Amino acid sequence: MKVMLVDDSKTMRNIQKGILTQLGYTDLEEACDGLDALSKVGAFQPELLLVDWNMPNMDGLTFVKKYRELGHKTPIIMVTTEAEKARVVEAIKAGVNNYVVKPFTPDLLGERIKETLARIAA
Amino acid sequence: MDQSYIIPFIKSVQNVFETMLQLPVQIGQPEIKHPGDSGHDVSAIIGMSGDVDGSVVLSFPTATAVRIVSLFTGTELEANHEDFADAVGELVNMISGGAKAQFPGKNVSISCPSVVVGQSHQVYGRKDVVAICIPCDSDCGQFNVEVSIRQGAGSPATAS
Repeated sequence: MKVMLVDDSKTMRNIQKGILTQLGYTDLEEACDGLDALSKVGAFQPELLLVDWNMPNMDGLTFVKKYRELGHKTPIIMVTTEAEKARVVEAIKAGVNNYVVKPFTPDLLGERIKETLARIAA
Repeated sequence: MDQSYIIPFIKSVQNVFETMLQLPVQIGQPEIKHPGDSGHDVSAIIGMSGDVDGSVVLSFPTATAVRIVSLFTGTELEANHEDFADAVGELVNMISGGAKAQFPGKNVSISCPSVVVGQSHQVYGRKDVVAICIPCDSDCGQFNVEVSIRQGAGSPATAS
């Protein structure tokens, strides 16, 4: 499975990479903001995206809207510090499939990934 | 500053360090920060805007920051390594995001963090907003969270 990690923090991308690798996902691509992600999705063709919200140049919410406008149906999990209910609703409306609030444990992120992929497969 | 803004930061710093670093944090007595208080070696700064505005500073002595970043990243990083600032910035990002989620009914945005590394520096916020220093202690050493925020200028005042 090809997974793209979109987060301006290299530390957070590395933490997510470690968790994904332990789960058996090793085909990974990284992007440091929404613009970078948009420039890479065409070549990489991700099957799952983990997307931060607050990023420079293009934030995660804008990226999700633009990605969906392009017709992509690939599942997206937003992984963010934005924990308010209104933000979660806003993200879901924009096309996010699942939501993880930072800080998170490896178990929680793993569960959300499995849950998201199971929902898509159903 | 509204004292009810402080409890969310105490809960959030404990949650972030416990969840991401498995590091319990003991909280001391919050105090008003005064000009001339001792300086910091590493500071991560983030801005808040919207219904609440101001800044949050997470500050450490260098040795404490190095230990904490090593726990967080799983790698030994010196303070002058480019990934060191990234890690400290992500900590203040999570602390501030977790705190603002506990401001009921407030629509608050946070900025991307900035990090200052330099021995014994001072961070000055707005003169018209009191800064509260929350002293924190852990097995990695002592550090501070400084909160200097107030109700946003654009939000309607509420009776209290």
